[in-house]
Amino acid sequence: MGVSIAPVEIERPDSDTVVAPDHPWITLVWNDPVNLMSYVTHVFMEYFGYSKEKATELMLDVHEKGRAVVSNGSREEMERDVTAMHSYGLWATLQKDD
Amino acid sequence: MKRGFSKSRGGTIRLRLDPVEITVLDDLVQQLSDLVSPAPVDPDADPLAALVGIDEHAQIPVDPALLRLLPDAYKDDEAASADFRRFTERSLREGKAERAATVMQGLAALAASDGQAEISREDSQAWLGSLNDLRLVLASRLSVDDDEGVWRRRIEGDPEAEQGTVVYDWLTWLQDCLVNAVMK
Repeated sequence: MGVSIAPVEIERPDSDTVVAPDHPWITLVWNDPVNLMSYVTHVFMEYFGYSKEKATELMLDVHEKGRAVVSNGSREEMERDVTAMHSYGLWATLQKDD
Repeated sequence: MKRGFSKSRGGTIRLRLDPVEITVLDDLVQQLSDLVSPAPVDPDADPLAALVGIDEHAQIPVDPALLRLLPDAYKDDEAASADFRRFTERSLREGKAERAATVMQGLAALAASDGQAEISREDSQAWLGSLNDLRLVLASRLSVDDDEGVWRRRIEGDPEAEQGTVVYDWLTWLQDCLVNAVMK
C-alpha cells in the first residue's frame, strides 16, 4: 500500500456563501492640546499610508469634533493600530463599532 | 545655515543647534529616557512571557505625564485596558527609550561637529517621536489643557512654570521645523 502525500481534503465552505468579513472594531484618535496638527497629519500618512488630503481631513476631524475614527478591522488589528498611535504619542482607543 | 531642522535641495535633513540648546535637549532627553525605560525583567518571571514582552506587573502609571505617554487602550473597560497593558507596555516603553537613545547619539554627534549634522530619514522618526514625548511630558507638568492658551495665564508669576513654558515653546518650534522638513 503506497503512502499518499496528497493533502487531506478539507471541506471548505462554498465561496458564494462566505459573507464579506465585517469590521466590527474601530480605532479612535482623540483631540489633545499638545500634538501639532502637522505632526498628526504626518502620523496618519506615515502609519496608515493615507493621502495628504485624507490625513488632513482626519486630523481636522480630531481637532474640531474632538475625535475621529482612523481605522477599522478586527480587534487584533485595532489593538495593533492603537499601540502604534501610542508609540507616536497620539491619544487613541479601540472599541466595538456599535 | 539657519537654526533647527532644514531640508537641503538634495533632500537631506540637516540640524543646527547652539551649544546651550544641545545641553538643554540632552538633559531633557536623558530625563525622558529615565521616565519611560521599563524596570529590569523580573528574574522570577515566566521566561516565555518575558521573551515576548509580556509584563505581568504592568500597572496604570500614577504619574499623569507617564500615563499620557502610556494611556489606556479602552475607554470604558478597565480589565481589557489592564490586559492590553500587560501585553504591550514593555515594548512601548522600550521603543520610546530606544528613540531617546538615538536622539542622544545624534546630539553627541552634533556637539562633536560644531553643532551641525545630517539626520537620516530613519533617525528623523526617532527625533519626531522623542520631541513629541517630551512635549507631552512638559505639557502634563504645566497642565496644558486647552487649545487657546488659557493655561498660559494660569501660570503667570510662577518663575519655574514660566521657564518650563519657554522650553515647551522651543520644543514645539523644533518639532514643527522637523515635521515641515520631513513632509516637504
